[in-house]
Amino acid sequence: MNLEYTDKQNAFREQVRSWLAANVPAEPLQSFDTAEGFAQHRQWEATLNEGRWGMVTWPEELGGRGCDLIEWLIFEEEYYRARAPLRVNQNGIFLLGPTLMEYGTEEQKARILPKMANGEEVWAQGWSEPNAGSDMAAIRSTARLEGDKYIINGQKTWSTRAVWADWCFGMFRTDPDSERHRGLTFILVPLDSPGITVRPIPQLDGLPGFAEIFFDNVEVAVENRLGDEGAGWSVAMATAGFERGLMLRSPARFQETARRLVELYRDNRASADRDPAVKDAVIRSYLDAESYCLTTYQTACRLNKGGKIGAESSTNKIFWSELDQSMHATAMSILGARAELLPHAPDAKGVGNWLDGWLFSQSGPIYAGTNEVQRNIIAERMLGMPRR
Amino acid sequence: MDFTFTEDQLLFQESVRDFLVNEVTPERIRRCWESGTGRDPELWGQLAELGLTGMTVPEAFGGLGMSEVDFVLLAQECGYVALPEPLVHTVLVAVPMLAELGGALAAEWLPKIASGEALVVVGLEENQLVEDAHVADLLLLQQGDSLFAASRDQVDLRYNESVDPSRKLYAVTVSSGATEVARAADAQALIARALNRGALGSAAQALGLAQRMVEISVQYTSERQQFGQAIGAFQAVKHHMANVAVRLEYAKAPVYRAAYELAVSGERSGRAVSHAKLVACEAANLAAKNCIQVHGAMGYTWEVDLHIFMKKAWALANTWGDAGFHKSRVADDIFADNAALGAGATFA
Repeated sequence: MNLEYTDKQNAFREQVRSWLAANVPAEPLQSFDTAEGFAQHRQWEATLNEGRWGMVTWPEELGGRGCDLIEWLIFEEEYYRARAPLRVNQNGIFLLGPTLMEYGTEEQKARILPKMANGEEVWAQGWSEPNAGSDMAAIRSTARLEGDKYIINGQKTWSTRAVWADWCFGMFRTDPDSERHRGLTFILVPLDSPGITVRPIPQLDGLPGFAEIFFDNVEVAVENRLGDEGAGWSVAMATAGFERGLMLRSPARFQETARRLVELYRDNRASADRDPAVKDAVIRSYLDAESYCLTTYQTACRLNKGGKIGAESSTNKIFWSELDQSMHATAMSILGARAELLPHAPDAKGVGNWLDGWLFSQSGPIYAGTNEVQRNIIAERMLGMPRR
Repeated sequence: MDFTFTEDQLLFQESVRDFLVNEVTPERIRRCWESGTGRDPELWGQLAELGLTGMTVPEAFGGLGMSEVDFVLLAQECGYVALPEPLVHTVLVAVPMLAELGGALAAEWLPKIASGEALVVVGLEENQLVEDAHVADLLLLQQGDSLFAASRDQVDLRYNESVDPSRKLYAVTVSSGATEVARAADAQALIARALNRGALGSAAQALGLAQRMVEISVQYTSERQQFGQAIGAFQAVKHHMANVAVRLEYAKAPVYRAAYELAVSGERSGRAVSHAKLVACEAANLAAKNCIQVHGAMGYTWEVDLHIFMKKAWALANTWGDAGFHKSRVADDIFADNAALGAGATFA
């Protein structure tokens, strides 16, 4: 055990820090759930890619830097410290990208990954359906193979980033006689295909962060199938694994929230301390964010040495999503009567973006597999409790 | 950056675990509760034979010269079996304090600890009472800003019964002839380090205790049938256990980090230890709460083994600094004007 960074890791951090200092936009971008903000974020992805900072863990020949997981964590720490923009193409670069590298053909990788990397093609997710939410194996949207095309029919919902995205990926039932997780196929669909209707769904903040996608005899070339026909479930599980795992929710994000919470408390101590529970909640927030960081480093070091991620990784999503929710709840308590004010309200001095974060934190325990489903997985797969 | 244990450390953990699980059974612990002193000299001899009592004794004094990082996984295993013998106290508190005191005291006592011939205990005011004072050959006692060494005939003892029948606690009064071995700043530094190491020991044991309580409860709820099925198949029961698993999983790395900071005498060892103690003991307390619940009335009995682990968890939570002590220390640290917080600060 040696918990000091190497010279190489320190040098890498310096390199990231100085590039970000020179390139992160001085003014925060608009929300990527607006048309203008989406365009700004797409441009930022291109800027990142030009500096070869878009996907540091990708191999060098694909425009990455071949970073290991510790360097990835360092990159993220600097990224969040610098308050750099959120990643509009995270569905692509963090979820689909790694899955493509594992399951994609050479042709698919060459065709898809570069445009994903430079933000030219932004990706949306297409998992859930009206009757397939937590129970994803209940998917009913179909894809029928005709010659060299799939004909897709059905409906996806809660499709994040679908309003302005260029492509979506998801699972479709290719074997009409199949049930549950058999007979599903992973297919990539251009969202400008004839027969597609995207209906935006306003989220809690009023912006269309997700959408319904209707498929009416949509033709998709068979070259857009990822993995074998009928193997969609195992391909999707790899993607869902990345989603829950390190890539999407690295600790830096929560440590920065915890740091801002400590500052908010210090700046408002006199009023905050009227509720004695607040101080305790701030201390807990700091400790839990720190625990999340330490545990992630431990896992990353183990994986770097060739270890495998085990069933204990299903604890990850519960931990960060509930931490995020409780940190924002604490901030709302500290802000008191001002907490409900939108940031542009004339008397909303000092409210920062806590309200936005509070709203978003409500989604954490729901998306990427509800925390109830995660708890079942922990009980059954990690602890070995009976299914029935 | 390498946040992993070596193959050797993991193998040592495994072999000690095998030994402890075989030897320190709930039946043996219950026999210990009923013995006169509450101690098990035969077991102590076995632990010494394995080199465990001398883990942190320098090699020059007949020990293995190992560090907190080497021992932390073993302390966890001591918790896993609810070991009644004061091994964690010896290895993490008494031995390092003697080694730091040095001189004749170290030369006399460290070899005897390594061989299992002698027991030395440390009494700090933060703990109020002293563990196993009745069988100690030497007591190192805090008296305000001084540290005294006393033999057992130089102290008066008053026994205090604990909820955990394994813990033998004594109010100690120094009667006569005790020797002052450190004073003022020197003593304060020794006391502060002893408190940190003791807290690490409690935290590591809490991890093992929580793990054991969960395993006992998973087994029980997989067997116990109600409404025509194993109760462990009910989501309400599953989620009680999953909640413990989440808190326990995220308490481990802070404990290992605290061990590392103590081993390298890191500047942040105070904050790291308090973090470890708080989250590990909280995980163990949650384990106790949820595990007794899923046992139903069986959990409330003397007969079922769960309480052996539950009671130790409750007791250890307030040793070597209670939650108030450790939370205040974290608060002083993170609410200070120049506190290093946020992304990138953890290992900086």
